[in-house]
Amino acid sequence: MITAERKPLEEIIGYVKPFDRILLVGCNECVTVCAAGGRKEVGILSSALQMAFLKQGKNLQVKEHTLERQCDPEYVEELSSMIDGADAVLSMACGCGVQEVARRFRDKPVFPAVNTKFMGASERQGVWAERCQGCGDCLLGITGGICPVARCSKQLLNGPCGGSTGGKCEIDPEVDCAWQIIWDRLKALGLQDRYEEIIPAKDWRTGRGGGPRKIIREDLAE
Amino acid sequence: MKTDSVLEKVLASGNLAVTSECGPPRGAAVDKVKKKAELLKGWVDAVNVTDNQTAMVRMSSFAAGVLLRQMDLHPVLQMVTRDRNRLAMQADIIGAYAHGINTMLCLSGDHPHFGDHPMAANVHDIDSIQFVQMVRQMRDEGTFQGGAEIDEPPKMFIGAAANPFADPFELRVARLAKKVAAGVDFIQTQCIYNVEKFEQWMEGVCERGLHEKCAILAGITPMKSAGMARYMKNKVPGMDVPQELVDRMAAVPKEKQPDEGIQICVETIERLKEVKGVAGFHIMAIEWEQKVPEIVERAGLLPRPEV
Repeated sequence: MITAERKPLEEIIGYVKPFDRILLVGCNECVTVCAAGGRKEVGILSSALQMAFLKQGKNLQVKEHTLERQCDPEYVEELSSMIDGADAVLSMACGCGVQEVARRFRDKPVFPAVNTKFMGASERQGVWAERCQGCGDCLLGITGGICPVARCSKQLLNGPCGGSTGGKCEIDPEVDCAWQIIWDRLKALGLQDRYEEIIPAKDWRTGRGGGPRKIIREDLAE
Repeated sequence: MKTDSVLEKVLASGNLAVTSECGPPRGAAVDKVKKKAELLKGWVDAVNVTDNQTAMVRMSSFAAGVLLRQMDLHPVLQMVTRDRNRLAMQADIIGAYAHGINTMLCLSGDHPHFGDHPMAANVHDIDSIQFVQMVRQMRDEGTFQGGAEIDEPPKMFIGAAANPFADPFELRVARLAKKVAAGVDFIQTQCIYNVEKFEQWMEGVCERGLHEKCAILAGITPMKSAGMARYMKNKVPGMDVPQELVDRMAAVPKEKQPDEGIQICVETIERLKEVKGVAGFHIMAIEWEQKVPEIVERAGLLPRPEV
């Protein structure tokens, strides 16, 4: 999923300060799962903002609404019935959702209430970790199902570097060495021989190196 | 001979090679580079010039290397994959070669986390093994990594690093084998304090005949004090300093500790000379370059061969 964390309240207050009526929009997808911008978080932020402004003697009107999927024009359309009643939109979706709302409602200020972090997985209750950088040319088939692009601090395709200690990365004892995990997994799969095959330099055109990316499925596109 | 590198010639002559290190200054202090170079001139075969070591901005390895070249020293251009993409790397390799620098060391580099620009973007377009492949391709095939032909290809003698003390130990010979397969000519190792572990690694290296495919220079760093020994033992990632060495340093009075550090260093070199596959020494006397002549002399590595 795409993970996110709510921005500090002070920063959000800074964005909405000039306005009296806010449309606060959550998303029912990834940010709900990672507890950053779903219906529940929309309710909490709404109360926090109203209280903060009340202390300054201002009655901020907040209309709360959580879309099924904020990165999808079909669902964003739902906002058209509420948009006129708002001076600005505060979005709790990932950056994709924020931009979709901004694209649909050109003359309405839209602000992000979360920082979009990474594509990751839940490690345990309340903990999410990065797993994929969307390089566009998946290597997992040759690295034992662990991604060195996303999980090695130096993005080494032929690691581990000289800073791997006791299974941990040199940058932080809390960070696992991706190449230790890759090696352990290759061993478990009986694929140790694969380690010595040099993974060639990556063609980053499939990633950000090729500029903003787009997928066009001829069979589906209208 | 693949190149005009003095280091390659010394190694080919069968002598133990000796290299040392010059960390460029944090500014345009040309005199500081020259002073360090003067301390090393004539005592070692080649001098590594570090590239933004510990992820702190310094005079570029290329520029400081040119200063060394002008003083008739033989710089080893260190280059890390952290700060440059493959266009910038290849451009600098050609540029350095155009200025008479024909020996280089391909590294991934310390993570910015450790330096004074932790906010900087990591490049890591390629890794250190792909880097070796790229420089070899430039030299032997005369083409850029992208495939186009090079007008006057740079003939670099290609080095890389190896750390026998990092984990997992069972991969350390295999990773060297990957560097050899990529085309590395010489290796400079992490500083050796745990000689037994190094010997164990070298056994694995020799079993696979890797010492015949690349020259292995054993990394040596003299310790100035018991404090430095403790710091390296506890704080420096990938460093293996046995407790006995820390105790030995701490057992002598503070003013005698530098001498003890040099003594340990000389003893280590003497012992490593007996290890099969060791082709020379890389003496990294960090901000202590004035001690290099004494170490080289006491370790019986003089005179340096004329090649």
